[in-house]
Amino acid sequence: MSPLAGPMVPGRPVTIANVSRRGFLRGVSGLAGLVLAVGYPRPARADDPPKYGADGMPNGWVDDPIAFVSVADDGTVSIVCHRSEMGQGVRTGMPMIVADELEADWKRVRVVQAPGDEKRYGNQDTDGSRSTRHFFDPMRRCGAAARAMLEAAAAARWKVPVAEVEAKNHEVVHRPTGRRLGYGALAKAAAAQPVPARETLRLKHPSQFRYIGKGQIKLVDGPDIATGKAKYGIDTRLPDMLYAVVARPPVYGGTVASYDDTEALKVPGVVRVVAIDGSPAPPEFKPLGGVAVIGRSTWAAMQGRKALQIGWDDGPNSGYDSAAFKATLEEAARKPGPVVRNDGNVETAMAGAARRLSAEYYIPHLAHATMEPPAAVARIANGKCEVWGCFQSPQAARDLVAKRLGLSPADVTVHVTLLGGGFGRKSKCDYGIEAAVLSQAMDGKPVKVTWTREDDLHHTYFHTVSVEHLEAGVDARGKPVAWLHRSVAPTLMSTFDAAADQEAALELGMGVINVPFAIPNVRIENPEATAHTRIGWFRSVSNIPHAFAVQSFVGELAAAAGRDPKEFLLEVIGPARWISPGTLKDSWNHGEDPERYPVDTGRLRRVVETAAREARWGRAMPKGRGLGIAAHYSFVTYVATVVEVAVDDKGALTIPRVDIAVDCGASINPDRVRAQMEGACVMGVGIATSSEMSFKDGRAEQGNFNTYEVTRIAAAPREIRVHILPGDFDLPLGGVGEPGVPPIPPALCNAIFAVTGKRIRRLPIRDQLKA
Amino acid sequence: MTPVTINGRRHDIDLPADTPLLWALRDELGLTGTKFGCGMALCGACTVHLDGQAVRSCMTPLSAVANKKVTTIEAMGADPVGKVVQTAWIEINVPQCGYCQTGQIMSATALLKRNPKPTDADIDRAMAGNICRCGTYSRIRTAIKQAAGLQGAKS
Repeated sequence: MSPLAGPMVPGRPVTIANVSRRGFLRGVSGLAGLVLAVGYPRPARADDPPKYGADGMPNGWVDDPIAFVSVADDGTVSIVCHRSEMGQGVRTGMPMIVADELEADWKRVRVVQAPGDEKRYGNQDTDGSRSTRHFFDPMRRCGAAARAMLEAAAAARWKVPVAEVEAKNHEVVHRPTGRRLGYGALAKAAAAQPVPARETLRLKHPSQFRYIGKGQIKLVDGPDIATGKAKYGIDTRLPDMLYAVVARPPVYGGTVASYDDTEALKVPGVVRVVAIDGSPAPPEFKPLGGVAVIGRSTWAAMQGRKALQIGWDDGPNSGYDSAAFKATLEEAARKPGPVVRNDGNVETAMAGAARRLSAEYYIPHLAHATMEPPAAVARIANGKCEVWGCFQSPQAARDLVAKRLGLSPADVTVHVTLLGGGFGRKSKCDYGIEAAVLSQAMDGKPVKVTWTREDDLHHTYFHTVSVEHLEAGVDARGKPVAWLHRSVAPTLMSTFDAAADQEAALELGMGVINVPFAIPNVRIENPEATAHTRIGWFRSVSNIPHAFAVQSFVGELAAAAGRDPKEFLLEVIGPARWISPGTLKDSWNHGEDPERYPVDTGRLRRVVETAAREARWGRAMPKGRGLGIAAHYSFVTYVATVVEVAVDDKGALTIPRVDIAVDCGASINPDRVRAQMEGACVMGVGIATSSEMSFKDGRAEQGNFNTYEVTRIAAAPREIRVHILPGDFDLPLGGVGEPGVPPIPPALCNAIFAVTGKRIRRLPIRDQLKA
Repeated sequence: MTPVTINGRRHDIDLPADTPLLWALRDELGLTGTKFGCGMALCGACTVHLDGQAVRSCMTPLSAVANKKVTTIEAMGADPVGKVVQTAWIEINVPQCGYCQTGQIMSATALLKRNPKPTDADIDRAMAGNICRCGTYSRIRTAIKQAAGLQGAKS
């Protein structure tokens, strides 16, 4: 069957260019973001050529139209989305790019979600705000190639030169005669055409885009979501499916010492109780282990779990205590530590400074708390395993399920459902492996593992905990001439290397080492810190504590100098210039080529100026209201935020308005850029005001939304205005999913300071403003 | 055995009487539009209408719905207010991940049925129990007002 005519047929060889397989590399140039390849890490070799962007991710990119596009005889165009949809709009945006170059009528396009298969589709590791910036060009080429094949087929059918035909809105037209053929009529013939060589492809000029950049496309899954038809991992249903919940060790690193399932087995609907082996550190994406209750319904399994009697050996982290650990971090932050960047001479400059200031900032552990908790279904038949789930990294799920079951990845199929939120939690497929292990225990019957909210909050891969220690020496005008930042936080690399106790290049490159300020003497230090729980990545990752500290401290310096915070921020950023990330000792640069993506302080200044202008910075504020500003460069995008707060005489905080200026290069789907900034704003508000995961006796203290508080509608900013700076399609694209988060907490706290004179240095704010 | 009318159809649900309605809907009847988010009536993802009132099905046992009428998201398309709410949601591109949105729509529909012209404060109160981790609140508010025929009305 010809691949372009009818349903997708897997297995036809695809042309893949520039595939590279990279493991986790530590602190070495060319490290490409959160790269996940089974068999990591391996030491970098001196002769490794640096690979950037999509080239730097495992399995790179694929632009073969055969893999992504098929046209049915009735003209329906099916376009594959290979990235996971977790609300960032990728299932709409990626196919839209293909459809635009393809000249497809969007109303006749349907989207097909790819299974986990990076060899066929290119990298599918959906995090790091990479989808659009890495796949814009490959998806354009896919669409252009498919269009060329349709045009070639029409030209052949009419026996005319291909230069005389043109694909337009789902049909090919012969310009001299006006003859036309719809894509359906051409489908079989087009599929028989050779895939055009990449260098012959004609891509549209941006002025010709019908969908890209317009922001008019409705969400592909909008109607299904609104009517309840949309299916998430947790909604997967298979015939004869069993349901499981797992009792996991309350303390990370703990194990089951003993268990008694007598009472659990008596609960109506419970079928079996099965122990799951955990694994020694490092945790990677492996299940924590524990005791699973399998039943005929989720409720039966939950009730059965309540009746389990388990004796836990809590293991080495049984004493993990957030209050004590804060003190440990603070102690480390107050002593010199390993130096990661050293410009000029901070000591001398501090000694000669007119004034010295210092501040310490604390940001606790956070939990993603995706509205859909982790869930997956697995079944095994004839030596093959099928998994359904909400995975951000379906290839990792495939590889690791195979490894756990002793199968070849070729014998594992991972179906990717919609994700009810991801934020980085669902990059880790431990719940998929649990489902596979339990299916295996039940002779291959389909088993759905559901995590309850308590499971999710107790056992997630937490955002790390940080103390950020800052010192500045300022001149007579209050301008910093010396800057010292000690960042202390357990590293997410501890999830892959039990001995890792220093922030990796990628964490340092998230706003601590690469502060792009015009300060001649800068020293960045990173004292060690040990992880006592699983540490993962949470939407914008270490940018959260780093931006909070840096932008709050700039606000503090402005106040000490008696200067307007916006003007002061612009002065600290300095004049418009390009800074090579290498100059800042940033070897990571979000996995992007430092020559394509220098740090552009001009763009940073422009978002500051835009946000300030739109917020009417400098206007007289009524009593009890104030503005705060912050700007941050992350995921190669520039964002500045002005937050307007109102604080009443009892200390109650509301946020009437937020203005966000974002420069991400061109906006491929402006509606989703706006949505991502709006959502990131709300998430940042929650981080700043109310969310905290704390530990006592090794255990996470919060179990549900009564104690882990997230932003609800009344506390969300009443008005969020997003100002997208006009982007040029010649500029390299920036990420969109995450950069909106980091500036929010410091802008909010700077606004609170403007109103109350109170400086928040510890998040969440919670009761710190109460009179 | 619990007799209950769901979306206009009579069911006899053969599950223990203390089973939350949520799991009867999802696992027994395959109506997965109603979502699980917390199990403690804190997040609103499980919102259904019970005899016209918005309730959290995760903490509503079957015994409490015996001989009553339950309406879920699956039936909102046939409900005049529900349909208008869904249309506004789609038009404004409210959802991001979408998982909370059926609960949001159920709460919004219940609000508009009892209060066709809600103020911002009314919306705050009625929607306080529905969490959205993606942060779509400003569009939820706009969509409720659009559904109510109030464009940009202020409280």
